[in-house]
Amino acid sequence: MPRGVVIIDKERCKGCGLCISACPHQVLAFSGELNRSGYTVVHMEQEQDCVGCAFCAQNCPDVAIEVYREKVPA
Amino acid sequence: MPVSVEKMVKVFGRPKSLTDARFTYCPGCHHGTLTRIIAQVIDELEIAERTVGIAPVGCAVFAYRWFHCDAIQAAHGRASAVASGAKRADPNLIVFAYQGDGDFASIGTAESIHAANRGENITVFFVNNQVYGMTGGEMAPTSLIAQKTSTTPEGRDPALSGYPIRFSEMIAQLDAPVYVTRQALYDTKRILEATKAVKKAFAYQLEEKGYSLVEVLATCPTNWRMAPTDANKHVAEVVTTVYPLGDLVDRG
Amino acid sequence: MGERLLLRGNEVIAEAAIRAGCQCYFAYPITPQAELLEHMARHMPGLGRTFIQAESEIAAISMVYGAASVGVRTMTSSSSPGISLMQEGISYLAGSDLPAVIVNVMRGGPGLGDIAPAQADYLQATKGGGHGDYHTIVLAPSTVPEAGELTMLAFDLADRYRTPVMILADGMLGQMMEPVELPEPVDVAALPEKPWATTGAKNRDPNVIRSFDLDPEVLKQMNRALQERYREIEAKEVRCEETATEDADIVIAAYGTVARIARSVVRMARADGIKLGLFRPITLWPYPYQPLRELSKRVRTVLTVEMSAGQMWEDVRLAVCERAKTPFYGELGGVVPTPRSILSEVKKHAG
Repeated sequence: MPRGVVIIDKERCKGCGLCISACPHQVLAFSGELNRSGYTVVHMEQEQDCVGCAFCAQNCPDVAIEVYREKVPA
Repeated sequence: MPVSVEKMVKVFGRPKSLTDARFTYCPGCHHGTLTRIIAQVIDELEIAERTVGIAPVGCAVFAYRWFHCDAIQAAHGRASAVASGAKRADPNLIVFAYQGDGDFASIGTAESIHAANRGENITVFFVNNQVYGMTGGEMAPTSLIAQKTSTTPEGRDPALSGYPIRFSEMIAQLDAPVYVTRQALYDTKRILEATKAVKKAFAYQLEEKGYSLVEVLATCPTNWRMAPTDANKHVAEVVTTVYPLGDLVDRG
Repeated sequence: MGERLLLRGNEVIAEAAIRAGCQCYFAYPITPQAELLEHMARHMPGLGRTFIQAESEIAAISMVYGAASVGVRTMTSSSSPGISLMQEGISYLAGSDLPAVIVNVMRGGPGLGDIAPAQADYLQATKGGGHGDYHTIVLAPSTVPEAGELTMLAFDLADRYRTPVMILADGMLGQMMEPVELPEPVDVAALPEKPWATTGAKNRDPNVIRSFDLDPEVLKQMNRALQERYREIEAKEVRCEETATEDADIVIAAYGTVARIARSVVRMARADGIKLGLFRPITLWPYPYQPLRELSKRVRTVLTVEMSAGQMWEDVRLAVCERAKTPFYGELGGVVPTPRSILSEVKKHAG
């Protein structure tokens, strides 16, 4: 499986948790950190398990997540 | 970061047709998801320079802030009529109306039906979350029986307030509409289906096929008094039993 | 074109709108302006323009709002009850800086009223029947040819000031027929561009048409800008006409159909030795306060005659103050005053 990385825009995140619930590999979790708006933001807790499926980003209502995926060799 | 993203492919990013503005929607609100999907489709179809969005009154009143295209903010309920006027004024524009359940199915009932009946070549998004969010959680025509809202504190009683209205089914009865579909956004599979539906609706307008209605079952975590994940489950398990998902009309 | 045709008021307004380059017309049928719709229905499609019979007046004014946002010349027409329905839409047009023309062929009210002519929508038209601090320019023709001229003017003023303009006619004017020389069509392509319109954001930043801002300081500035525009309109666009006022002792203040009847009364009164004149506002907003103020310094009486319970009478009294007597004669419910009945009122006050 390719490796993936998600970058979460902390100031857009509203801590709704939909990404955590959408992720099939339990990569994401609440970080305990508050952003400037007072929301508890999400971060990659199990970075090694991310495959770059982008389910989190698809579900994020604030479009706070960018997803990168390793190029799979041909 | 374990691996530098420089060597990676970006598989998901913010659509170009979204402005940088931060959404004012509540945490977990599906308005944001649908807005992203629409912007993404506008990008894919490369129609941003021809598109005019019509914003409603309701939580989505600021829709004109999120899309990087021309926009008109309409009076409550009238977006389908405003869209009709704009499209007739310049048929080369790609015009979409974005409306909530009060805007589309209560005060806008006549305009919603007649734009569909005239077969206006527009795309209408009907965001159905069974409640009036912006004004504090009042009953919508689409509210479920026994649903507690600020104007039905004991739960919606059909004897007093009628039944949940299946508006898409009513629109589907008309001869003119070319695409009437009901979608939801409660999980990734549904989100991807909805994305296809949105793209089809815009494609039909581009092909001048006629009127499309995309009803989207959405959540309102705040006024449903649910966490966003529970709200999603509520749509999946309860709301879809009242409002079945799928294409009601596809004559494209 | 130079040809003279015998046309109904409603038809002349419709034809003038077409010649002014009205691209989109949306309306709902209501007596006494059905002929306006019918003329548009017959002629607009053949010219590649839009005619829609909307599902209601609310839908019609909303379609006007959409078409106006896209930058085309657009119009609706209705009569009193339908105009009541349009008030929110008119407020939105004004608040969004949109040009549009709205025709009110007034009928008896309130409520369903009757289908006979009346002038009981003056306050609604001039003091803003919709909510908020706004005005629409209000033009009041008193003959069928003037209805055509003022319709052409309405589109120009609407575009020039980015504001809705109302033509305030009545059922008599709408229905009566007079010989009219139709105006030359406007070259729409030569009209000034509308860079603010939602024409598709190609090679420019997106345009947003709205009347809304949650920040009161911002809305204050939006309102200030509107008010400044209204002051400019008040300074530049007042129109009125005086007949036989140079040596008058008593003048009638009237507009529209009543002013037309009053012209006969001026002749009749003068034949009876009464020095009667006529003051006829053409713009009801901006109201010709200044000319009437000046006139009131020279006459003893300004008799307001209206087909209402006394609506323009308020503006007359505002202009005249105590300088002259300001009696009123009105007919209600769609009754049209006859020259004789007006003359008898004049005689009562001329004494």
